[in-house]
Amino acid sequence: MLELEFMRLALATGAVIGVLAPATGFFLVQRRLSLIGDGIGHVAFAGVALAYLADLPVIATALAVAVVGALAIEWLRASGTAAADQALAIVFYVGIAAGVVGVSLAGALDVQLFSFLFGSILTTTRTDFVTVALLGTAGLVIIALLYRALVAVTLDEEGARVAGVPVAALNVTTAVLAALTVAISMRIVGILLIAALMVLPVIAASRIAWSMRSTILIAMAIGLGSVLSGLTSAYYGDLPPGGTIVLVAAATVLVAALAGRVIRA
Amino acid sequence: MPLAAELRHVSFGYGNGPLVLRDVDLAIRPAEFVAIAGPNGGGKTTLVRLILGLEEPTKGEASLFGERATRFTQRSRIGYLAQRAQLGVDAPVTVREVVSAGRVAATRLIGRATRSDRAIVAEAVERVGLSALVDRPIQRLSGGQQQRAFIAKALAAQPSLLVLDEPTTGVDVEAQEAFAALLDELHRHLDVTVLYASHEFGAVERFVERLVLVRGTIVFDGKPSDLPQLWHDPSHVHA
Repeated sequence: MLELEFMRLALATGAVIGVLAPATGFFLVQRRLSLIGDGIGHVAFAGVALAYLADLPVIATALAVAVVGALAIEWLRASGTAAADQALAIVFYVGIAAGVVGVSLAGALDVQLFSFLFGSILTTTRTDFVTVALLGTAGLVIIALLYRALVAVTLDEEGARVAGVPVAALNVTTAVLAALTVAISMRIVGILLIAALMVLPVIAASRIAWSMRSTILIAMAIGLGSVLSGLTSAYYGDLPPGGTIVLVAAATVLVAALAGRVIRA
Repeated sequence: MPLAAELRHVSFGYGNGPLVLRDVDLAIRPAEFVAIAGPNGGGKTTLVRLILGLEEPTKGEASLFGERATRFTQRSRIGYLAQRAQLGVDAPVTVREVVSAGRVAATRLIGRATRSDRAIVAEAVERVGLSALVDRPIQRLSGGQQQRAFIAKALAAQPSLLVLDEPTTGVDVEAQEAFAALLDELHRHLDVTVLYASHEFGAVERFVERLVLVRGTIVFDGKPSDLPQLWHDPSHVHA
């Protein structure tokens, strides 16, 4: 398997995604915003359509459109213009509708589009890997530097606001990190499944961890393990990688829930 | 020295709704221990939110340490324990992590906590008597212990003004008494202004210097011993 360049690229790119997705998702899950990744994924789909229509680089265009969508969700949520679930619903539907119309206009309803929706191990290029490595590392560095402040907002948003923590700026940062994660993950995991990789490892980790810090670290390890084992299974079983990765992550939730019961018994 | 908090002729209503508070005048001096009491729905939480600058008065002015409350620039001087303070997160969170979160605003936002920050957090945990439980998930502690951890979080900012909104909701009477005694001790030792809003002020009544009763407006402001006997009847306060 490793003698094939496309597998080496897929595994290396997947490793970055496997670590970044749960690290970003951690702050969304703990704030009951788990579905934001899904909403941003739908917007990224509109970005893919725009890239096809205007002949632009796909990842960069999807990232730009996903960031706009993430900021729109955060603005709608924070301003109270629409309740959080309604804000997500608006972005969900506008994103997927714009994507379908755009892709159709570009005449791109083909196999390559399918790979963006559900992931593929064949399509990762060297350029993709370098882009994902650079952006993924930037995302992880931002999370590491702002970890204490992000935790303060996660634990008590109003208390943090009273104390003068720049809550709005940190919320925007979280939304942009989610958009970044979705955009760089769509080649491997797929737009429709990336949100699961942001959420499931965190749910699994919280069942067996003993602190917030241990939760995020265990979630990152589960994310990495899920991507690497999912890609390997997809290769040998000729399965779609996105679905396989997510099923592995879902299995860890089950195992962690059982392990958690044993630990606390 | 400026007042710790002041409301001048403040009226407030949410959106286009009716006024929740009318023409409130209140001056909190530094180092006072003040209880704000009154029935549920009487406007206590609104009054606290106006003092903290979380709401803009419909009429009048609210100030903190001489600055307009909504534009107050020294926010790390405030320690705040919100109504029914509890963690909304699924992940286990240790007492140390909760208290450390209270230190963030008072220090640099970016990067790791300094040695000095860690020492201040440890001191805050020790002050509330939770040093032995510092690495235990707060979700496994009793209601009273959790409240102590939240107080330590507020103290970690080394505040000049400590604001507590219904801090003992859901906590048994014994824990409420212990909590009140802890607040009294902190008030005396740290020289901090304490604002304690609760519909049940019985636990803190013997410690506070001043009691403010709110029912749409301020209906009493003075020593608890000067309060008409009727208000000492809990059934009246709850009505």
